[in-house]
Amino acid sequence: MLRSKTYLKRTKKGIVKAVQEHYLRDDIWCSVEFCSICAHTQPILSANPATTVLVPTPHYLVPDTNVFFNQIDLIEHPALKDVIVMQTVYEELRHLNLTIYNRLKKVIEDPQRRFYVFSNEHHRKTYVERLKQESPNDRNDRAIREAIKWYTSHLQDSSTNDHKVVLLSDDAANLKKAKSEGLLAYSVEKYVESITETPELVNMLRNMSVSDDSEKKVTYDEYLSSAQIANGLKNGTLYQGTLSISMHNYLEGSIAPVIDGQENQIMIINRDRMNRAIQGDVVAVQLLPRSEWRRTPSAVIVEEDEENAILQDLNEAEISLDQTSNTDFGELQPTGAAGDKTTETEVLLLEHDVPFQDFSTQVLSCLPSEGESWKVTNEYQHRMDFRNLNVSSIDPPGCEDIDDALHVRILPNGNYEVGVHIADVTHFVKPGTSLDEEAAVRGTTVYLVNKRVDMLPALLGSTGVERLAFSCMWELNDDADVVKTQFAKSVIISKAALTYEEAQRRIDDLHMQDDLTKGLRILNQLAKKLRGKRIERGALTLASPEVRFKLENDSQDPLDVEVSLAAEEMKELRETNALVEEFMLLANISVAEEIFRKFPASSLLRKHPPPTSSKLEKLSKAIDEFGLTLQYDSSKALAESLDKAVIPQEPYFNTLLRILTTRCMMQATYFCSGSIPQKEFMHYGLATQIYTHFTSPIRRYSDIVVHRLLEACIDENLSYGSELTDIKKITQLCEVLNYRHRMAQQAARSSVELHTHLFFKNRKEKNEGFVTRTLKNGFIALIPRLVLMIFHQDLSDSTENILKFISYGIEGIVLAAQKPGLISPVVYNTRTNSLDSTSSSTKIKLFDKVLVQISVDEDLVGEGAGGMRQKLRIELVEPFIFGFSVSVSEENNSVRRSDEEIGIQVKRMKMD
Amino acid sequence: MSRKELLNPAGLRVDGRRATDIRRISCKPSVLSQADGSAYIEQGNTKCLAAVYGPREPRQKSAILHNRANISVGVSFAPFATSERKKWSKSDKRLLEIASFVKQTFEPVIQTTSFPRSQIDIFLQILQFDGGTIQICINATTMALVDAGIPMNDYVCACTAGVIQNVPILDLNLIEESSDSPEVTVAILADSEKVTLLQSESRLDVDSFQAVAQLAKIGCKEIRNVMDAALRKNIKDLFGKMEAKIKTDQSADFRLGLNLSRRLENFKAGPIIRSAVNGVRYTHIAILSGHQNLGGK
Repeated sequence: MLRSKTYLKRTKKGIVKAVQEHYLRDDIWCSVEFCSICAHTQPILSANPATTVLVPTPHYLVPDTNVFFNQIDLIEHPALKDVIVMQTVYEELRHLNLTIYNRLKKVIEDPQRRFYVFSNEHHRKTYVERLKQESPNDRNDRAIREAIKWYTSHLQDSSTNDHKVVLLSDDAANLKKAKSEGLLAYSVEKYVESITETPELVNMLRNMSVSDDSEKKVTYDEYLSSAQIANGLKNGTLYQGTLSISMHNYLEGSIAPVIDGQENQIMIINRDRMNRAIQGDVVAVQLLPRSEWRRTPSAVIVEEDEENAILQDLNEAEISLDQTSNTDFGELQPTGAAGDKTTETEVLLLEHDVPFQDFSTQVLSCLPSEGESWKVTNEYQHRMDFRNLNVSSIDPPGCEDIDDALHVRILPNGNYEVGVHIADVTHFVKPGTSLDEEAAVRGTTVYLVNKRVDMLPALLGSTGVERLAFSCMWELNDDADVVKTQFAKSVIISKAALTYEEAQRRIDDLHMQDDLTKGLRILNQLAKKLRGKRIERGALTLASPEVRFKLENDSQDPLDVEVSLAAEEMKELRETNALVEEFMLLANISVAEEIFRKFPASSLLRKHPPPTSSKLEKLSKAIDEFGLTLQYDSSKALAESLDKAVIPQEPYFNTLLRILTTRCMMQATYFCSGSIPQKEFMHYGLATQIYTHFTSPIRRYSDIVVHRLLEACIDENLSYGSELTDIKKITQLCEVLNYRHRMAQQAARSSVELHTHLFFKNRKEKNEGFVTRTLKNGFIALIPRLVLMIFHQDLSDSTENILKFISYGIEGIVLAAQKPGLISPVVYNTRTNSLDSTSSSTKIKLFDKVLVQISVDEDLVGEGAGGMRQKLRIELVEPFIFGFSVSVSEENNSVRRSDEEIGIQVKRMKMD
Repeated sequence: MSRKELLNPAGLRVDGRRATDIRRISCKPSVLSQADGSAYIEQGNTKCLAAVYGPREPRQKSAILHNRANISVGVSFAPFATSERKKWSKSDKRLLEIASFVKQTFEPVIQTTSFPRSQIDIFLQILQFDGGTIQICINATTMALVDAGIPMNDYVCACTAGVIQNVPILDLNLIEESSDSPEVTVAILADSEKVTLLQSESRLDVDSFQAVAQLAKIGCKEIRNVMDAALRKNIKDLFGKMEAKIKTDQSADFRLGLNLSRRLENFKAGPIIRSAVNGVRYTHIAILSGHQNLGGK
C-alpha cells in the first residue's frame, strides 16, 4: 500500500476551526489506455482521443469549473469524449451548484463518454499549497494547471505517443497564465468551433458575453429582510402562504393563510404586486388598504421564500421557451414549429416538469438481462405458490400495464378467500439502483392523449405466463366482513385477462358456469356488499367531467363500434369497474393498517382532508333557489344530500352539482405518518381512517415504497436501510410525489386541451353548456359532451381520414367584454352571484344552461399572454344579451347531434 | 445534506484515503513517569492518552473481589478535544458508556485471577477527537497495560468499519461517522482472532455485515503490528539503557534482567505479556518501566 503520510491542516471558513487530514498518495493513476507507468486495471481514457483543426494531435480535454458550470449542455453532448475532470474542478462545482454537479456526475458514470476524475488534490506531485495573498480561486486555477503539467510530462514519459492535454477555460487571465507556462489552452468557443464533425455543438454554446447588466432595469420592489418578515408575521401585519396562480388569469394569484384559526383567501392581482413570485412559492404578503380590495382581501407580496429556489430552477426550462422573457437565463432550444402536435406536446411536458427522456442505459441495465424472455426460475421457494388458483385480471380494453389480478375461492367453512395480486415490481426495482432513482424522480406515469410517459421501462410490465406477485388475501364471510388478512409474496398464473366488458358479459350470461365466471359472480356480490358498507360509512360519489378524448384516426376500427359503445359503455363498465375498484380499495386499506402497525413513524400514507365549509356554503346557497339544500356537516350527510339533489327535467344537474362539489374538495396527498397527528390521517372521500396506495406499482412510485414497507412487515429477516425508516426522507419523497402527481394531472388536462384546440382549428361549433362559475367579467362554461365528425386531411401522408372526435368536459371562460376598455354589457351581482344584463332582464347564474359557440384563437405571434399558445374561444349564443352574445352562422355547424348522444358521460371520480 | 462527498468517483474518501486504508497511527508507550504503565496514541487526528495504575489495593472496600482483580476505567475528554471548546461532565453518559465498553473488553483478557483482592485503574483521556473514540480507547489501553506489565492473554486491537455507498470502508473519521452511514467497532485478540467487542449503533444490512466485520478485523491486525513495533522498540531502548547500567553495576538483580532481555528477543510474539505471567518477572519489568528507579529493588 503506497500511502504518503504527508499531513496537512485545513481550516474551514467561519468561527470554528476544523482540522482535517489530507493524505497525499502516489497510487493515483492517469487512466490512459497506453500508459506503461501506471498500474491502473481499467483505464477510462482511450488511446485514440479526438483531434480537431485547432489541436491536430490527439488530446485529452481539461475544462475548468466555469466551463462545466456555464456549458453543461455542451458537456452532456455525446460528441465530447476523453475528458479529464480534475478533482479541484469537481469539488468546486459541487459547492457552486448541486444540479449541475449531478448532471456532470451522470456523464461521468456513463462509460461511453470516457470522463475520468483525476484526484489531483490527493496526488503527491500535483498537490499545491495555497500561497500567501493568493485567492482560493487563483490557487485552484494553479492546481489545475499543475495537474495538466504533470499529465503532459507523464504522457511523454509513459509512451512514444505524442498525446496532448488541453485546458478549456473562459477565464482570460487563466488562459494567459497557462500559455505562458507552455500549456495548450483555449477558450471553449474557439475550441468548439474547431470541431468539424459536429457543427451543432456551436449552437449549444451559451453566450456568456450577453450577460452584461448594462440594461437591467429594476422594476420590482425589493423583498423585505428575513428579520422584518419574522417580525411582521409575529405581530400580524404580514401573512404567509403558498401562492397559487389562477387557472384563468396568470396575473391573478391567491394565498390561503390561516388567520385566527380560519382559512382565509387573499388575492394578489397584477404583476407588480406578484413581485416575481411564481406558482407554489411560499410568500409573505402585506394587505393593501381596504379601499383597494375587490371582493376578497388583496395584498402585495413582500417576500419570497428562498427555499423555493429549486422550484425556480425546475421552471427554468419553461421560461426559456417563452421568447418574450426579458430574463436571460436558460438556453433557447428550438423545439419545433409552434402549433405542431409533437412540439406542443413536448412543450407541455416541459411546462409541467415531466421528465420524458428515454431511459438511460444505466437504468435499463438494472433490469434482468434476459429481457422479454425472463422467466420465474428459483423464486418459488421463497414464495407462496398460487399457480393453481383461478386468478384473472380485469382492465380497461387496450391496457398494457396490467398490475392487478383477483381470485376467489370458497373455503371449507363457507367463507370466501379473496386475493388481490399486485405485480411484484420491487422484486426488480431494488432500492438505491439507478432504476429506483429514476422511478423516484419520475414519481408517476403520465398519460397524455397521444403519448404515455412511463415511470418504469416497459419490460417489467409483461413478464411471461408465470408472474411474481405481491398478494393481499382476506377471508371474508357472507356479509363481506374481513375475518382474516394475510400478505404474501407469491407466484401466480393469470388464467384470463378480461376487459371490463368481457367480465360483465360473463357475469350476465347465465350459460357460462365455469369456475372463473362463478368466481366473478361471487366477487361481484361481495363487492356490492363492501360498497354498501362504504357508502354507509359516508363515502362520497363525486364526479369530475371526464377529461378524456377519443381519437379514431388511422385506426382500422369501423366507426360505429365507437358509437354503439358510447351509449352502453357506462352501464357496462360500472359494475365490473366497481368490482375491481372495491377490492383495490380494500387492499389499500388493509395494507395501510399493516404498514402503520409496523412503521408508525415512517409509513407512506395518503390522506384527504375534509373540505372547508366556506366553499360548500356558497354552493349550498346557489342551489337554494332550486329548492335543494346541501348538508356538509359530515361526508355521509353530504353524500345523502347529493343523492337527493335531483331535478327531473335536467338530468345533468346532479352530475354538475357533483362536479362543483368536487371542486370544493381538498387535494388528496401523500404524507409520512410520523409528520402529522394520527387524527389527521383520514381519507374524507373514501370515509376511511387510514389509506395508502399499494395496487399500481408499475405506474406510481408511492406504491413501490409501500410494497417495500409491507415486505419489511411480513419478512422479519429482511434487511432494509434508512429509506424506509427515516421520517425526513419519506416526508421529502411525499412532497416530490405530490408535486409529480399534480403535474401529471395538469399535463393530462393540458394535453386534452391541446388536442381540442388542434381540432377546433378553423372551425366554429355551437353546443350546449352549463355555467359553473360566474366572474366579474364573464362566466365559465362547461360543455359536457361534444361530438365532431371531421373530414380531415392528414398532411404527413396526404391521406384523407374521417375523424371522429368526442370531447368530454371542455371548460372555458366566456368573456363579456372581448376587448379591454369596452363597456361591459353585464354587471356582476354580488348578492345573487349572477351576471345581470344592463339592457334587459336576462341573468346568467350558476347551473344555467347556455348555448355557446366554440372556436380557437390563434396566438402564434407570441406577443400575447398565452405565449404562442392557442386558446379556446367560447362565446355566448343563448340566452341573448346584447353586446355579449354572438350570432352563429349556421353553415359552419356540421354536427348533427342525435338526442341520445347528449346522454352525458361522467366518470365517477376515483377518489384514491 | 452535507456538501461533502464521502466517496468520490475515483474511489477516494474525504481525506484522500481509499476504502480499505486506515489512518496514520503513531504511538508511544511509557509516556508518564507517575503511572505504572502509560501510552499515547494518535490515529489520524484522534489522540488519546492512557494511564494504568496497579494492581494495587482498592481504595474502597466495596471494590474488593475475593477471587480476582477489579478493573476500573475512567474516560474523559479534554475541553479542547473537539472543534468547539466544551467542558465535559464527569457523569456524561457517553463517557460512562465508553468506559464500560473498555472495561467489558478487557475483563476477559487481563488475567485478573492472578491478582485477587486488588484493583487495576485505567484512565483514558481523549486529547483530540476525530472519530473512533472506542477504538482508540481500547488500543491505548492495550498499550498502557502492556507497558505496565499486567499479564494479558493477547493484544486487544480495535478498529471501526462502515459502509458508504455500498462500499465497506475502514477506520471512519469524524466526517464519515457523522454521516448517517452505518458503523461497526470490532475489537479482537490479535493472534487468536477472537472477538471481544462488537459494537454498533446503526442499522446495517445483514449481507454487508460480514464484509464490514472482516474488514474491521484486517484493520485490527494492521493496528496490532504498529503497536507491537512501538512496544518492542520501547523495550529495546530500555534494555539498551539497562545493559549500559549493568556494565557499571554488577548486582544480581540486573543479571536476572539481562537474562530476561535475551529471552525476550527469542520470543516471536507478545513476549512481554507472556513472560510477565510469572510474578518475579513481572516485578522486574515493573521496575524497569519506571526507569527512574533502576537502582531500587
